[in-house]
Amino acid sequence: MIFDWKWDFVWAILPRLLGATLNTLMAAGIGYAIALVLGLAFALSQRTGWRLVTSMVREMLEFIRSTPLVVQIFFIFYVGPQIGVTLSPWVAGMIAIGLHYSAYLSEVYRAGIEAVPKGQWEACRALNMSTRDTYRRIVLPQALPHAIPGMGNYLVGIFKDTPMLSVIGVTELMQTANAIGSETYRFLEPYTLVGVIFLALSLPTAGLIRLLERQVRRKLGL
Amino acid sequence: MDLSAYPLELPKDDCPMVRFMNVTKSYGALVVLDNLNLDIQRGEMVSVIGPSGSGKTTVLRMLMTLETINGGVIYVDGQPLTHMARNGRLVPADEAHLRRMRASIGMCFQHFNLFPHMTALENCMEGPVQVLGLSKAEARARSEELLAMVGMIEKKDQHPSRLSGGQQQRVAIARALAMRPRIMLFDEVTSALDPEVIGEVTQVIRRLVAEHDLTMLMVTHQMGFARDISDRICFFYRGQIEEQGPPEQFFTNPQRERTKQFLRAVKDAD
Ligand SMILES: Nc1ncnc2c1ncn2[C@@H]1O[C@H](COP(=O)(O)OP(=O)(O)OP(=O)(O)O)[C@@H](O)[C@H]1O
Ligand SMILES: [Mg+2]
Repeated sequence: MIFDWKWDFVWAILPRLLGATLNTLMAAGIGYAIALVLGLAFALSQRTGWRLVTSMVREMLEFIRSTPLVVQIFFIFYVGPQIGVTLSPWVAGMIAIGLHYSAYLSEVYRAGIEAVPKGQWEACRALNMSTRDTYRRIVLPQALPHAIPGMGNYLVGIFKDTPMLSVIGVTELMQTANAIGSETYRFLEPYTLVGVIFLALSLPTAGLIRLLERQVRRKLGL
Repeated sequence: MDLSAYPLELPKDDCPMVRFMNVTKSYGALVVLDNLNLDIQRGEMVSVIGPSGSGKTTVLRMLMTLETINGGVIYVDGQPLTHMARNGRLVPADEAHLRRMRASIGMCFQHFNLFPHMTALENCMEGPVQVLGLSKAEARARSEELLAMVGMIEKKDQHPSRLSGGQQQRVAIARALAMRPRIMLFDEVTSALDPEVIGEVTQVIRRLVAEHDLTMLMVTHQMGFARDISDRICFFYRGQIEEQGPPEQFFTNPQRERTKQFLRAVKDAD
């Protein structure tokens, strides 16, 4: 077995792969945005003190975390139509990936909120602040720096999981490499390039996240 | 719990500012306060002293509604605090009632509990703006006046992490006063401070006593300070008031054996 790496083939397919990278970034971005918002909603719903809501959300999150993402993607895309919900690959994929990661992010938020000292809550009560203002003005801003490392990890995680969307035909990076492979019968270059592109985008993220955490702490005066 | 023995409100003329009526508090099997009865008059400064674990902090926390109570009723300015009247009987207070009643009570904590992500001034403005609905300008004027009163106006734009303990506690007092409470609670506000800065905080409290008609309840281990400024000393022992009285009489001529023991022990420790 010999590798015959062809540079001219690389240059020929690179523009198409870079174009698909934009789709991958968009998928990761939209999925992450959904996960950030849903995750916060789930984390806060766990703290309402309404037993039924709390236990139902907890069980659902446990279920989401214990089943593979790819199964959830298939389920939403293929089983949806059977119960009358037909979604495009993009919409189904964003829902699946957003929901999946919201289950993890809600844990990150929960830990962040719990890291805020009890005295802060009591000071808010003593000032007669509403629960809403207590979260919005005092607790969440202090929870944020604690949550940023975890949030960053899942941003990278969601990015690296986007290839799973290729199974339902979202034209992201992996799907495009697959297509190139089946058109040209050359797999070495497209898949290698996919790996290189993921590496190039993931590597700097960790550093950027640490920078962001420092910035946020400084901005909050902590 | 049978609440029918408790009045829906206290008679308006000469009702105390605070009344604890048969108040009981327990954590599981541990009874922390046992059938407590305590009246605090308008403008009165009451100091609570007693051994560790005797329930002093718990009294303040119940009044601040940070803790629920297991029995009895607390009245503030004649109105039930822990309960509310509904269809002619008392029922446990809901959040709306608590928020209405809490408006007249402020509290300072042993560990200050300032908001670390806000400057001294922002800490003071937070309640007036978010809770009382004051404009930023009004809240700023009110807060700056109070920060000047506690001697912290020069540091108003500092975050708490840049302030000493004594300075943080003075900001915390200004923050509580910015809500214009009628009752102020102080829970060992000097206990976490270095000895050399205790004076700057007690000085502020002295001024409050001299210049404002606040009703105050203070837990402290500083006997000399309590003796100087209080109208009355309450000695707690195992969740009950063992002895109380005006400071002169209390310190020079305590009646109960446990009081004498406690005062001797405190004196030895000094
Ligand atoms: N959240 C809680 N859960 C269980 N027990 C508690 C709780 N809070 C207080 N206690 C107990 O209640 C009792 C009274 O506590 P409290 O804090 O009122 O004492 P204190 O008089 O303020 O003591 P100190 O001088 O040490 O501050 C103590 O035995 C304490 O251990
Ligand atoms: Mg205490």
